[in-house]
Amino acid sequence: MSQQRENAVSHRDKVLTLDNMNPFVKRVEYAVRGPIYLRAVEIEKELKEGVKKPFTEVIKANIGDAHAMGQQPITFFRQVLAICSYPELLEDNSFPDDVKQRAKRILNACGGHSIGAYSASLGIECIRQDVARYIESRDGGIPSDPDNIFLSAGASDAIVTVLKLLMYGEGRSRTGVMIPIPQYPLYSAALSELGGVQIQYYLNEDNCWAMDITELKRALYAAREHCNPRVLCIINPGNPTGQVQTRQCIEDVIKFAKEERLFLLADEVYQGNIYSEGSEFHSFKKVLFELGPEYSNTVELASFHSTSKCYMGECGFRGGYMEVLNLDPGVKVQLQKLVSVRLCPPVPGQALLETVVNSPRPEEPSYPTFIKEKTAVLAALAEKARLTEQTFNTVPGIVCNPVQGAMYTFPRITLPQKAIDKAKESGHQPDMYYCLRLLDEEGICLVPGSGFGQKEGTFHFRMTILPPTEKLKLMLERISQFHQRFTQEFS
Amino acid sequence: MSVLQNTPYGRSLKHLEYAALGGRAYQIRKELKQGLEKPFKTVIDVSSGNLHSAGIKPLTFVRQVFAACLYPQLIKSNKLPADVKQRAQALLEECAGGSVGSYTPTRGIPEVIHRISQFITWRDKGAASNPENIYLTPGSQWALENILKILVNRLASPGTGILTPVPCYSTSILSMNLLGAILVPYYLDEENGWELHVQELHRALASAKGVCNPRAVYIINPGNPVGQVQSKKSMQEVIQFVYEKRLILLADEVYQDSIYTGNSTFYSYRKVLSEMGPPFSDTVELASFHSVSKGFIGECGLRCGYVELVNLDPSLKDYIYKLFSKDSCAPVLGQIAMDLMTNPPQPGDPSYSLYEAEIRAIRDTVTDNVKRASAVFNSLPCVSHHPVNGGAFLFPKIDLPTKAVQKAKEENLEPDTFYCYRLLEETGVYACPGSEYGQAAGSHHIRVCTLISRDVMEELLTRLSSFHRRFMKNLS
Repeated sequence: MSQQRENAVSHRDKVLTLDNMNPFVKRVEYAVRGPIYLRAVEIEKELKEGVKKPFTEVIKANIGDAHAMGQQPITFFRQVLAICSYPELLEDNSFPDDVKQRAKRILNACGGHSIGAYSASLGIECIRQDVARYIESRDGGIPSDPDNIFLSAGASDAIVTVLKLLMYGEGRSRTGVMIPIPQYPLYSAALSELGGVQIQYYLNEDNCWAMDITELKRALYAAREHCNPRVLCIINPGNPTGQVQTRQCIEDVIKFAKEERLFLLADEVYQGNIYSEGSEFHSFKKVLFELGPEYSNTVELASFHSTSKCYMGECGFRGGYMEVLNLDPGVKVQLQKLVSVRLCPPVPGQALLETVVNSPRPEEPSYPTFIKEKTAVLAALAEKARLTEQTFNTVPGIVCNPVQGAMYTFPRITLPQKAIDKAKESGHQPDMYYCLRLLDEEGICLVPGSGFGQKEGTFHFRMTILPPTEKLKLMLERISQFHQRFTQEFS
Repeated sequence: MSVLQNTPYGRSLKHLEYAALGGRAYQIRKELKQGLEKPFKTVIDVSSGNLHSAGIKPLTFVRQVFAACLYPQLIKSNKLPADVKQRAQALLEECAGGSVGSYTPTRGIPEVIHRISQFITWRDKGAASNPENIYLTPGSQWALENILKILVNRLASPGTGILTPVPCYSTSILSMNLLGAILVPYYLDEENGWELHVQELHRALASAKGVCNPRAVYIINPGNPVGQVQSKKSMQEVIQFVYEKRLILLADEVYQDSIYTGNSTFYSYRKVLSEMGPPFSDTVELASFHSVSKGFIGECGLRCGYVELVNLDPSLKDYIYKLFSKDSCAPVLGQIAMDLMTNPPQPGDPSYSLYEAEIRAIRDTVTDNVKRASAVFNSLPCVSHHPVNGGAFLFPKIDLPTKAVQKAKEENLEPDTFYCYRLLEETGVYACPGSEYGQAAGSHHIRVCTLISRDVMEELLTRLSSFHRRFMKNLS
């Protein structure tokens, strides 16, 4: 816009403004990529420009991005994808046979033998079949129907699609969706945009962030006064909390969902990230079936998985799927219509999913390298989970539940009243103020607990456990020192 | 839904109908694989702009760079040209942790966005593009849907209206409908190369009075399904119209590389807008959409596009950012494709001559396809095809005989859907019925993709011609 015109132009109002934009979109927040992260990016710019700071790099421990933190991709997966991209590499003798066979198989399933062709909107059929077999094998033989598998652009895409599907009614009959507090803020963001009612149920911090049926009931019954609760969302293993729900808990939740006629959304993207002794991943689907046909024939369930986490960490591919159970046939048709609007899930992500659900078997040439890489990644994560919990629990004013799974820690921090007051003065949530100070003083980017939800009067932050062990150790030390300094300052 | 049945899009929103056609095509492919006897050996799918699926080969340079980015060991080997290795190396340095498996910032890899803005500035030989206003997205449809989310309030009364062309790309229609927008159709002029007359926009806008609150005009240029390339004059009229009527302009320009006659040039809306100068250039609020799915690169399966926002209220930026953030980012391989498409090999680069040759071959193929197909269509009884200058499809009109229309009614199908079903069953050709896109009442069309190999086009035309003559003979 030319300088001369600026004054002249300002008299004409914009057509699209804050006042006439969709009010629902205004309410969307997504803390993981929110203000603290944007401030971190600013600081990085300043560092690049040579501004002097008490640190030389910003550690972005705000987002569950393993590769960004130096985790290496799994060789087999990347070799297959490289050949899928450029099939001339099939002539290259440096690639093992099983890699070539796999690439051929995937390419045969793609239109024109290209990963650049649209696939069917539900995903490539043979990959959906592979996913079904993978689920069967994971769940001890409980059958999975490929017709119930929808591939998606990450789990997020599928989660939002199902929420859209279930969103109807107005006013008191508007769909209410139960979400855990704390939660991964995709749920609150999607519900804000869709105009759904958020029904918050608190996870029990004193009991390792377990779900609590009493609390679920409380939240549900209160919600019935003002909306129509239809959906119950569970994240297991939890994000940000890292708890792995016990089998008993999952059973109780399923029974609760059946009794109260709730559609279950089971976000299980961290199912491969289990660290604690005595913790075991039980899929909602498996437990549902083990409860018998009275449950498995009736409870409506959507389970989600992704290629972004576990040991793969391939967030940038946007690969994922959902399995739906007991959907009304008419609703299933609507679902197919909804997914057709985005044409098809990214095909490289689908190809990656194929390699994940059909990972190398012991008799195959790529197996030794594969299993070594996978084991190393998971072992490192388990060690980092333990180290994190241990370190934080030595700091007065920080209480850290065991990181049983997933990729994060969500410790509770005690903030002096003076700090809380100072935060209010500067117009920030207390834990946001804390995180901003930490970022400015130590160059460490965490996300304040207020971005995920927490009990009134408590404060937390979410930190990823992903940096390489040595860096993580330093980071833990610096956060601990900062915390003590901060507490001192506001005493 | 009942209100919509009275609009030209009524049928396209009964998604089941044409989805069933696709389902049947899928089934037939399966049956062929199982060895069932049919009057044909293969299904020819020209139902969508799915280049690689229909015989157009991926670009070598692009795929080599992908491979090297995915498996960086290849950068050390001597199997790939130097410029491929350099490009991959540079791109990996722009990815967090040096991996295409990392998330990127919400709007995309910053350096890629910067280069895209340079491409746009170069393409439009004028007003500089501001990288701050560019968002890489998982496809142009995702971008369109999310920009629409900002201006469509499904609970508003009166509802939010969007002026949309007839005929129009069906996925866009479906998307708008699902968001709760009210569609306000404006008819393109079939007799005159599917031209957009601004008087028709005025008429459409007037028709919306009392029905809805029109907020935007959606234009596809070059068009889909009809490949008209808008003249500059027409574009200026549209800009004037949206300025006067205070409407947002949504310019879907994904087919900008598909121009196949010498006397047509693609002008982007932002270029024409900038040339018109103030007050238009400073005030008309525009969203332009582009994609890696079409053109010569045809990487539909990678799901990447971008939207460039011009003159939008700066206070909206934070909200747009947050809305886009919850979906993380566009697939990284797709972002890389967008970078390679907008910044291809240059003269002197090792990969340049092969790249140019491949582009030329595709361009020649499509030009020949269009010539050939138009000639064949115009030679068939009751088929007429007006010349168009671009896009990826042909949309010939078919005057279906009364008997055919009746039969269609008996089977509860639109006449052109009925035609397409018969075409599929008898010849294995899967084309889309015009009713999917909207058309003037009583008219019938089919849509056929031209971004296909010569062989596929020849086979298609052979099967279609003999089918059509038979069909017309039997149902006259």
